[in-house]
Amino acid sequence: MRTPFFALCATAVALALYLLFRFYGNDYLFFAGYTVLQYIVLASAWNILGGYCGYVNFGSAGFFAIGAYTGVFLYTVNQSIDDLFSEPVAAVMHVIFPLPLPVIILIGGIMAGLVGLGTGYLTLRLRGVFFAIATLALAVVLQTLIVNWSFVGGSRGAYVIPPNTVPIFGPYIQYLFCLMLALVVIALTLARLIERSRLGFGFATIRDDELAAEAAGVPTLRLKLIATTLSGALMGMAGVPFAYYIGYTEPGSVFDLSYAVNSIAMPMIGGTTSWLGPLIGAILLGTLQQVATVTISSVANLLIVGLLLIGFVIVAPNGIVGLVQNWLRMRIKS
Amino acid sequence: MSAPILQIQGLSKRFGGFVALDNVELEVAEGERVGLIGPNGSGKSTLVNCITGTLHNETGTVTFAGEPMNGLIAHERTRRGLARSFQLPRPFMSMTVADNIRVPLLYTVNARPGRHLSASELDARCMELLKLVALDPKARNNPRDLTQVEMRKLELARAMAAEPKLLIADEAMAGLSHSEVEDIVALLIQLNERGITIIMIEHIMRAVMKFSQRLVVLVSGKKIADGKPQDVIENPDVVGAYLGT
Amino acid sequence: MEFSVDLVVNAVIAGLLLGGFYAAVTAGISISFGMLDIVNIAHPAFIIVGSYIAYIASASLGIDPIIVSILMLPFFYALGALIYQIYYISFEKRGQESLRGLAFFFGLLFVTEVILILVFGVDYRSVDAIYIGPSLRLGPVEFPLRLLVPCAVALAMFAGLQLFLGRSFIGRAVMAVSQDPLALRLMAVDPTRIKRIAFGISIATASMAGAFLIVIQPVIPSVGRDYIGRIFAICVLGGLGSLPGTLIAAFLLGVIESLTSTLYGPSWAPAVSFGILLLTLAVRPSGLLGR
Repeated sequence: MRTPFFALCATAVALALYLLFRFYGNDYLFFAGYTVLQYIVLASAWNILGGYCGYVNFGSAGFFAIGAYTGVFLYTVNQSIDDLFSEPVAAVMHVIFPLPLPVIILIGGIMAGLVGLGTGYLTLRLRGVFFAIATLALAVVLQTLIVNWSFVGGSRGAYVIPPNTVPIFGPYIQYLFCLMLALVVIALTLARLIERSRLGFGFATIRDDELAAEAAGVPTLRLKLIATTLSGALMGMAGVPFAYYIGYTEPGSVFDLSYAVNSIAMPMIGGTTSWLGPLIGAILLGTLQQVATVTISSVANLLIVGLLLIGFVIVAPNGIVGLVQNWLRMRIKS
Repeated sequence: MSAPILQIQGLSKRFGGFVALDNVELEVAEGERVGLIGPNGSGKSTLVNCITGTLHNETGTVTFAGEPMNGLIAHERTRRGLARSFQLPRPFMSMTVADNIRVPLLYTVNARPGRHLSASELDARCMELLKLVALDPKARNNPRDLTQVEMRKLELARAMAAEPKLLIADEAMAGLSHSEVEDIVALLIQLNERGITIIMIEHIMRAVMKFSQRLVVLVSGKKIADGKPQDVIENPDVVGAYLGT
Repeated sequence: MEFSVDLVVNAVIAGLLLGGFYAAVTAGISISFGMLDIVNIAHPAFIIVGSYIAYIASASLGIDPIIVSILMLPFFYALGALIYQIYYISFEKRGQESLRGLAFFFGLLFVTEVILILVFGVDYRSVDAIYIGPSLRLGPVEFPLRLLVPCAVALAMFAGLQLFLGRSFIGRAVMAVSQDPLALRLMAVDPTRIKRIAFGISIATASMAGAFLIVIQPVIPSVGRDYIGRIFAICVLGGLGSLPGTLIAAFLLGVIESLTSTLYGPSWAPAVSFGILLLTLAVRPSGLLGR
């Protein structure tokens, strides 16, 4: 299936899903569904660097937060135009602001992508392990910077109050839901495109044996930087609407460890070698967590995720996709 | 007398306090067949790694085809025609044997200015290389399914796929049977006849003597002999340090 | 911002004392990451487990927390050996250490923290001991005993480790296994067994580090994550595989952190360790005394 056709199919499915939810009319579906969609994007983004290239990113929360706080920042700027700027400039600003959400998403993606590029440039020439540790460091440094930045609320947090309704979509949550659907389509299409391209081929050689890849002429550093930038940018884009979704953004919730764990667990449980893996992992784990949070407790659901991660990593390293592939292979043999 | 294709001057490399290479000098003429021998730990692999850019040497220069290599990363050197095979084969395990060959074709041959292989040309070239090493029946297999000698051949084929001017074969024959060694030597001589300069690093003296036009001996990071094979193996220093009586 | 010499001196002293503690916290990683090349980012979780065990024993039986930790050493060692065995069979043998190994330890870190939350909740826990509270005063300089005692014991532990690694056969085998496993095999020593012993020791250090921690400050399950940064910053700054380097780096970090906290406020403290880490990786990845 060629990529443009895939994108079309994905869009059609997304549209169908939206219409289905709208038909049911239950707002909860949109709120819960948004979380799952967000995880699909995060998991797919993580997988581009982690699954395809073999470089672990522990700082997904950091990139996600860059997106969320880009949203907070631009919202707060909009609210404070008259305080910040002189009259003529303010008049101009009032025309430009508030920026439409898709534009903010793009800006958030660019910011996160640049940070990914920078981190990569500093650490990707060292062993993969140092990159992983550096991503951990990045998340903490970012959190500390945000906590000390009062303009976006610091540790007290900041409010982003979106309008109640929007034209066409109606309730604002449906607008956010559709934006996230769009991001999902973009993420999955991108992942699939990479998989089938020369770039993805290069990524696979890096994952398999970076030294041999380099000796075979693969520009490993350049490819890794591309992967890091794309991955970071996608995560940032997923983070922007979060500020609008949650309304009150404070560092604790944005930098939550569950983002780091989920963005690793979902692709690894789903399967890291294909775009399908993060999708399956996110849907399964995301739904499971929604259920567990409501029925048991939010802490217990994290425990389940952690145990599943350890279990799969030991027993089924190729995830659910790998298990299915093995099962199919055995069926074909017999 | 044409300029040497490879020129190494004053090359030194240390690991912490340990001196792996001490002021190594070497010249290789175009089209030559050079053998490099020495005891384990003498720095042969380190030398290869410094030449190909996998490791960075502290002092000294590596000049390839008249161009200084210092500062160039490994893949840039490969693209300029410097290829190596690894001592322990390192195939890409998540792809087929044919795809292993496709990597250097895509990323080295197609990355060079000028000639670009189309998709069908790539496939053809893949099969051609696999046929050369008699691996074409296993083109669709995973490297896991290959025998030891087949892995070695894949390793060499992958180095050759990069269309090198100079190929460094790092202990490509270790642990192989008599006839398998003959196979590989014949293959390397065949490549040399196509114009590829080859440096063979080996312990198997039979193969080294058969193959080399010139023999270089490395002991404890220092070059202690460099000349005609027959002369070198009779050199008392070499006999004392490596060959024994 | 006004600062008196007293303030700065006391900050430096506190930093040095904390540094000794940090060295004990990092010793385990120095072994597992520096020498065995195993990225055990779950190490802080084991330290926190040590803290909670010390807490229970202290609260219910009244035993001194540091003594408890010494009694617990064999259990932690066994735990470490077990985890290494799982790690070895699942990853090292299959040659897939990097991605899966990291994910494994990350999962362990996470699961341990969550279990601690489920069992103990998120209230701060602390212990009582005679040396918590009083300080040693030498003129204007203050040596809080709750920092001094753990620091002293930590340094003793550290010295013991250094002696073990330098003098005993197994210790030197541990140092050799990272550099030349083949040579070890030729000496009829099984590298896997040595690595298992070393990893067991590295987790055993967590037992004592945990006791030190809960003496110095109250703990909640998530405190472990604050230490990931410090541990790796110290490890990298000191140079992988060098225990003396770890010690120097630990003191450096302790002092810088303490000064930053005193002069700029404690909310900047977490960034200090990670900032140092990123800086070291960018400028001199082999660290101060690395090989």
